Amino acid sequence: MRLRFEKRLEPSRTMLILTPVFSVIAVMILGIIIFDGLGFNGSQAVWELFFTPVLDSYKWRDVATKAAPLIIIGLGLSLGNQAKIWNIGAEGQYIVGAIAAAGVAFQTQYLSGFWIIPLMVVAGMVAGALYAAIPAVLRTRYGVSEVLSSLMLVYVSLQLLSYMITGPWKDPNGHNFPQTAQLTDSQLLPHDLMGSGIPPGLLVALIAAILFLVVVSKTVFGFSIRAIGEAPHAARYGGFSSDGVVWATLMISGAMAGLAGVFELMQLTRLNLGSPSGYGFTAIIVSLLGRSHPIGVFIAGIVLAITYVGGQVAQTVVHVPNATAGLFQSLLLFAVLASDVLVRYRIRILEKVNRSDDRSAS
Amino acid sequence: MTLTFIVDALITVIGITTPILLAASGELVVEKSGVINLGVEGMMLAGAIAGFAVTFETGNPWLGVTVAMLSGAAVSLIFAVLVLSLGANQVATGLALTIFGIGISSLIGSNYTGIAIDSLDSPFPAYLAQDSFWRVFFGHSPFVYFAICLVLSIGYFLNQTRAGLVLRAVGENDVSAHSIGYPVIGIRYAAITFGGAVSGVAGADFSMVISPLWAEQMTAGRGWIALALVVFAGWRAGHLLAGAYFFGVLMALELYAKASGFSIFPSQFWAAMPYLIAVIVLAMISSRDGKGVKAPACLGKPFIPNG
Amino acid sequence: MSKFTRREFMASAAAVSTLPLIGASANAAEPLNVAFIYIGPVGDYGWTWAHDKGRKELEAALGAAVKTSYVENVKEDASAIPVLRDLARKGNKLIFATSFGYMDQVMEVAKEFPDVRFEHCTGFKRAANVTTYNSRFHEGRAVTGTIAGKVSKSGVIGYLGSFKIPEVVMGVNAYTLAAQAVNPKIQTKLVMIDSWFDPAKETAATETLANLGCDVVATHTDSPAPLQYCQKKGIFGFGQGADMSKFAPKAQLTAIEDIWGPHYIARAKAMLDGSWKSEDFWDGIKEGDVKISPYNASLPQDAQDAANKIIDGYKAGTYDVFTGPIYDQSGALKVKAGEKMSLGDLATIDWYVQGVQSA
Repeated sequence: MRLRFEKRLEPSRTMLILTPVFSVIAVMILGIIIFDGLGFNGSQAVWELFFTPVLDSYKWRDVATKAAPLIIIGLGLSLGNQAKIWNIGAEGQYIVGAIAAAGVAFQTQYLSGFWIIPLMVVAGMVAGALYAAIPAVLRTRYGVSEVLSSLMLVYVSLQLLSYMITGPWKDPNGHNFPQTAQLTDSQLLPHDLMGSGIPPGLLVALIAAILFLVVVSKTVFGFSIRAIGEAPHAARYGGFSSDGVVWATLMISGAMAGLAGVFELMQLTRLNLGSPSGYGFTAIIVSLLGRSHPIGVFIAGIVLAITYVGGQVAQTVVHVPNATAGLFQSLLLFAVLASDVLVRYRIRILEKVNRSDDRSAS
Repeated sequence: MTLTFIVDALITVIGITTPILLAASGELVVEKSGVINLGVEGMMLAGAIAGFAVTFETGNPWLGVTVAMLSGAAVSLIFAVLVLSLGANQVATGLALTIFGIGISSLIGSNYTGIAIDSLDSPFPAYLAQDSFWRVFFGHSPFVYFAICLVLSIGYFLNQTRAGLVLRAVGENDVSAHSIGYPVIGIRYAAITFGGAVSGVAGADFSMVISPLWAEQMTAGRGWIALALVVFAGWRAGHLLAGAYFFGVLMALELYAKASGFSIFPSQFWAAMPYLIAVIVLAMISSRDGKGVKAPACLGKPFIPNG
Repeated sequence: MSKFTRREFMASAAAVSTLPLIGASANAAEPLNVAFIYIGPVGDYGWTWAHDKGRKELEAALGAAVKTSYVENVKEDASAIPVLRDLARKGNKLIFATSFGYMDQVMEVAKEFPDVRFEHCTGFKRAANVTTYNSRFHEGRAVTGTIAGKVSKSGVIGYLGSFKIPEVVMGVNAYTLAAQAVNPKIQTKLVMIDSWFDPAKETAATETLANLGCDVVATHTDSPAPLQYCQKKGIFGFGQGADMSKFAPKAQLTAIEDIWGPHYIARAKAMLDGSWKSEDFWDGIKEGDVKISPYNASLPQDAQDAANKIIDGYKAGTYDVFTGPIYDQSGALKVKAGEKMSLGDLATIDWYVQGVQSA
């Protein structure tokens, strides 16, 4: 008896939806086993990690706040993923976006008006897009892999942040600590929109998801991205410029990362050493878990936010070490990646070949 | 500049360079076979905690290094199975591997904090290892000698042996290699496992020699520098050796400049240097239109045999 | 109509009569919930470990009257806000935030929970329900600096710093001034590694300091790695935040221990008896927040005596390392002879004293 993978004619839609669900369940069971093995209350830990953030309505705001940047960045990345252009440096674009927005904020410190926040947002998005343009030019002009160039630039952006907050932008009233001054009231967004409990970031994420859905499925641009990804030669023959797609996807994902950076800046109200939150990297996982589809990315962002929030809850209640959340996220990703094969391939169980059949065939 | 000063500075540079050189060597082989494994940091941490824990429990550092090697290899197998047998996306799987390595090493390591072991010192006799001059050659931990021998062996393997040629062929054109009859998947499995084992040893260098203790994420991003180094070296072993020491010199320079009171540039400039240079070098080597060294052609692409 | 039987009456009377007892026992058994948020893992054997030690001392001292919990590895970004909110919501009435980077988050959550008391370590913002507390680590540096001055043969001592923040600047200044009091020609080489915790970089930086002639190296970073290198190289160093002698039995001359237990116990007691109010604490050797570990047996007696003199001076309130004349790196007189630097100036200091060689 042998197992053979047979490629499906079309990716299986049922499997597309079932596999993440199975993965989550599998990881939950695995988690209970691992935690029990290490001496913790396994089932309670898994409950706190996965279910409490969903069931406890007070935690919804935390999940939404955490999910928003993941979704926003993930949407941008998913465009590139479809074209097989991997922007690993979203974290760097996120930081640069936050720096740019902070720059605008400090220039307008003594001013007020409705135009300040939109200006900060635009500055952040432009900065993120420009920072992502560097890997774009390196790829189109010099053939450099964007995976490596964008990754290297993350570390450069970290140093830039460190320089700004310890040097030119250090808070004069901050007792010489490495942080900038705080944003003024006209530079901060409210924590929820008109008391509804919904953080503005999530609303933006939702709107962005809808926009991306429209772009990807209805526009020529969206089609060209998928074409370049699936069949680059045919796409070029059809007139789609792969260079153009490189520029577009990198700069869009850079702009989205910058946007997320602006929102997080407003959450934290200043830049400090904790500003690089790692969302840029986690968003890569979000975009891939969500199969680079806007709806999938939205859901995946929420799922991952649940594991973050749940991880903190599990720490306080069950005293599992903090590393747990990361471990679960990686197991989840492994499970989805592994079960992905079922989407593209069908498993056939072959019976042993019968001698009589052989003879009759010849 | 006395001789002692030069000797001391060289030893510092060598100490900083070795784990990066090790990890990059392993990744070089992996990438030459056409696979990109971004999980280096995770594999290093797995090796670091394994090496430390086993050395602490058994008192035998050689056992510790062996288990570190096996741990790195074991963890890389997760990546290999997902990527090679299940066709998963290499970038995503590699990132997941990094997060996994960080998580599992922190979990296991939570029982090993606040403990010290003896560092694995030079295998040479004291009159050589501690001599004020000769220690520059004989005073290093076994990891240093292993790293240099490994890189040179890898260079010889890749360029002068048939097996190395086959591996490179698999990385440049996997479909052709497959049609000639080479086991592409099997070779990539071997390469990934090798890379994992060596990364495990690189991690053990941190927890057994550089600072013989365990701390969460103690590799502090060196795995990413190793990835940069492979690219910086144009996927060539000889350049890898030189490039690694160049990075090491840059990092040491940052510390010496600070300690001596020099500050022409802010410290962040020095810290960003290795990465900026990697980007510039990337542009330079890729732009030579085919005459220069490019990445292995199949790097990152899944192997899909025709039929 | 059912009759209210005698049995039912007795039962309900018994039930009602226990109500006051239930009330009383509930109050007596209701412990004070105290929570801690940590920036690192409790196993770091440094900063967070010391705070957790304090938490355990609190539990031991007050027993059933308190119930403590902690969350480790809380990042100093916006994600600390939900953590603090959670802890407040779960019934914790006293929450300690043990790192500077939680300042704004604490202030934000404190606004939302006016009946919960917050204490922010090493911060400077307060509110009616927010206290700040800090420790005069630099007093410990004065002790280690004195020892370094006595022990150093090369006249060059090293200091491994993290970031150029007032706490670190105070540290290296105190270290240098104390050493200069013993040996006026002492020079301090300072390296900031821009991180609180990176064992490999800490080792490389210590190596660099040693290569440049330092034979005693003090560290302001959190891991025992610098001491391990000192032990390997045969030079001396000091434990930071905890007694690290088991990592470097020959190299550690002594250690500065962060003792947070007494503060935590005092503040919990203040909650229990209702005397808690928002204050700013900055205690040192005298109050027991800073402790000097037992000296290494190899430390010469005259160094021990000199160190003890400093400790006694702080305990009696007669000694302050920041007493003038103090000159900065450019030679300008910053503190006049006989004057002491004010706490306010110390809390915002950004200049190094003469003798500190650094960028």
